[in-house]
Amino acid sequence: MKLIESKTLATAQASIELTSIPQDGTDLVLLLSLRGARADLTDDPGFRFNGDTGNNYSYRTFVGNGAAASSGANTSASFNYLGIINGSTSTSSTFSNASLYIPNYTSGLSKSSSVDCVQENNATTGYQTLVQNLWTGTAAISSILVYSTYGTNFVAGSTISLYKITKGSDGIVTTS
Amino acid sequence: MTEVITKLVVDCSTGEATEVPLTAEELAQRETDRLAYEAQEAERKAAEEAKETAKASANAKLKALGLTDSEIAAITS
Repeated sequence: MKLIESKTLATAQASIELTSIPQDGTDLVLLLSLRGARADLTDDPGFRFNGDTGNNYSYRTFVGNGAAASSGANTSASFNYLGIINGSTSTSSTFSNASLYIPNYTSGLSKSSSVDCVQENNATTGYQTLVQNLWTGTAAISSILVYSTYGTNFVAGSTISLYKITKGSDGIVTTS
Repeated sequence: MTEVITKLVVDCSTGEATEVPLTAEELAQRETDRLAYEAQEAERKAAEEAKETAKASANAKLKALGLTDSEIAAITS
């Protein structure tokens, strides 16, 4: 797994857009440390590929908060879901950890991806989210936009790191 | 003074990161996204509440039939 780019927000931003993603990898891994500015315990970021804002996405979720569990689905969405992260009323200076795995990101088929996200809240209630996502776009993924579905910002200190995994010529996934 | 809303654009081919003000189109999309998601969440929460209400009502009816809490739990969980 090789780091492509890692950036930490110096100031609050509405979204983070990764462009000109190299096309020589097999899978992408996005690791995020996020905190939203939404005036609530939680915020709900989403992501889009290649600037596609159409209803070409779907996702299924499994959510736990330390007291209860639930599941849900959105079969016609304009984004894929990144899970439940810290909002501005969560414990101060805590950030959520999320991992987004995108296999075969240059294929000519629909793109599936998976997310595990944990809201680090240092309190009784803390959300954990598992998400299975699908984007029906068939173009290779060249850009990823991460944003708050509530139209709020990510606070300064939020970090995004993009890695690529490259399959070896012998068919075995190797680290590089 | 109007707040300038920006996004961070990271060019993975150069490593360059730039803070860029959202365009009018992006601001409109942001508002569309917000309204759509709030409506979606309101619908989901209403469905959850309706389910909880139905569950409480069903439990009350089972109790009225003489079932104990442990008996209700045994057949509903």
